[in-house]
Amino acid sequence: MDTSNQDILLMKGNEAIAHAAIRCGCDGYFGYPITPQSEILETLAAEKPWETTGMVVLQAESEVASINMLYGGGGSGKRVMTSSSSPGIALMQEGITYLAGAEIPALIVNVQRGGPGLGTIQPSQGDYFQATRGGGNGDYQVIVLAPSSVQEMADFVDLAFGLAFRYRNPAMILSDGVIGQMMEKVVLPPFKPRRTEEQIRQECPWAAIGRTADRKPNILTSLELRPEAMERHNIELQAKYRQIEQTEVRLEEVQTADAEYLIVAFGSAARIALKAIDMLRAEGIRAGLLRPITLWPFPTERIAQLAGQVRGILSFEINAGQMVQDIRLAVEGRTPVAHYGKMGGIVPTPDELVQALKQKLAK
Amino acid sequence: MSKEEIIQPQNLVYQKPRLMNDNPMHYCPGCSHGVVHKLVAEVIDEMGMTDHTVGISPVGCAVFAYNYLDIDWQEAAHGRAPALATAIKRLWPDRLVFTYQGDGDLACIGTAETIHALNRGEHITIIFINNAIYGMTGGQMAPTTLMGQKTSTCPYGRQADLHGFPLHITDIAATLEGTCYVTRQSVHTVAAIRKAKAAIRKAFENSMAGKGSNLVEIVSTCSSGWKLTPAEANQWMAEHMFPYYPLGDLKDI
Ligand SMILES: Cc1ncc(C[n+]2csc(CCOP(=O)(O)OP(=O)(O)O)c2C)c(N)n1
Ligand SMILES: [Mg+2]
Repeated sequence: MDTSNQDILLMKGNEAIAHAAIRCGCDGYFGYPITPQSEILETLAAEKPWETTGMVVLQAESEVASINMLYGGGGSGKRVMTSSSSPGIALMQEGITYLAGAEIPALIVNVQRGGPGLGTIQPSQGDYFQATRGGGNGDYQVIVLAPSSVQEMADFVDLAFGLAFRYRNPAMILSDGVIGQMMEKVVLPPFKPRRTEEQIRQECPWAAIGRTADRKPNILTSLELRPEAMERHNIELQAKYRQIEQTEVRLEEVQTADAEYLIVAFGSAARIALKAIDMLRAEGIRAGLLRPITLWPFPTERIAQLAGQVRGILSFEINAGQMVQDIRLAVEGRTPVAHYGKMGGIVPTPDELVQALKQKLAK
Repeated sequence: MSKEEIIQPQNLVYQKPRLMNDNPMHYCPGCSHGVVHKLVAEVIDEMGMTDHTVGISPVGCAVFAYNYLDIDWQEAAHGRAPALATAIKRLWPDRLVFTYQGDGDLACIGTAETIHALNRGEHITIIFINNAIYGMTGGQMAPTTLMGQKTSTCPYGRQADLHGFPLHITDIAATLEGTCYVTRQSVHTVAAIRKAKAAIRKAFENSMAGKGSNLVEIVSTCSSGWKLTPAEANQWMAEHMFPYYPLGDLKDI
């Protein structure tokens, strides 16, 4: 496909991620097939970016290998990414905690499907806990972006790389089968060349790419057996996480100014909520939407503010109720908080959401 | 003659490799790891590759290899070193990229990463320390533990019906189309050390020449894990391990 121009194109979310990666100076993609995200690797394989930008594309032997390829590639200062869906992301958790521990930047895309276990290939948002609580062992955080359109699938690739490198931390795009598979209009980001070795040395003086005579060896490890030193490392990590919480919260609000009921929803659920608030307002119920774009850091402060304004908050998620816990922590009991969602790969309709809000809050 | 008169370049018969620092090693007396570290350090320096080398240390006794060799390192999760090396080499093709792994790391938990990196013909070198035991965690059974060999998790000796058979991972590697050089060496004598060094050099040169993947197994001692003195360990290795893991090149193209 000729995607060299800035035209409006029609494509799947998964395809948009692949094209955006090629355009934003990504150095390497490593992944293993799984529905509903295989189009990412397939699109990259068809586009052959190794012949144009020099980007490496490799089908790994497993998600375990993919994430550890990210550990190696990111540790060498390169912009590297992988993509998978829920069971594959589960398999990557060891690698993600190593990335966090050794402070190595990398991008992980999760196009979620329903679980637990092998689950279903239909969409879900059931990996919210896994993404926002770390998922692997130890005290760490992953920066999590939740796109709700094909356009955001494209835009968040460069954004996520930027955040990952600014904070030397793994970043995740937490999407789902709806956004990954649906076709929508998109304008791809402008081309940005891959960084030169000189630029990588400048941006990543910590990268392990060969010790030059002017410096000590660069050693990337998450191991530290001296308790005091390990505590210091953890304290530094926590300080970094607090800084990210203060500076990187992203969210979108729709009709919250006069809202008496607030729906909080991310990703594909937010699209359904947009329709539902119009339907509720047509019935005279003033509903608004807060869409967290960063799931971690979570928009705790803004939700706490809105809790003082509204008569109730509904967390609408395509799962059994996970983000609702973060909302309750933000609200601290000041206003009723309920959850509505479906599991099994079933995506609720706007009408079902309207009924749920009326039953649970606007009684 | 004074000491100063004796210490002259022309009289030099041995020196510590320049890439090895003065950090005290945590390896036990009689362990092969230290000798192999030295060989790796010498070869990198002699090839003039210090500023272009990335080593990947494993989880195992050699996890701290990065404390002793003054090159850039990444420390991998248990068994995943070949995946790291794959990415680094593909992203930095002019770098010398090697992994350094034990038998548990390479032939058990990381079997998939090992086999697939080798089979893809990644232009890397895997240095494989086969001491037939899990040294770091206190002497448990390894995939390469010999039949009848006692370890803390097969205290009555390895037996087929309970534990299966020792894995000939290096022989498997030699059958893979992606490998160009597969060899089995040891470091129990000066002659063996010289051969092992030549093998590491050849493997590193192959990696830089883009000939394919390289596996250098070093049949090694673990005197602590085997509960033997260093001298006894060398003897036990020669008597029991070499018949099962014969030294020599398995593949060289
Ligand atoms: C995922 C995981 N499982 C288990 C361990 C514990 N562990 C550390 S080293 C090791 C065995 C290493 O043995 P080997 O690779 O043979 O190296 P050696 O110490 O003998 O050189 C194990 C099981 C770990 N660190 N990570
Ligand atoms: Mg061992």
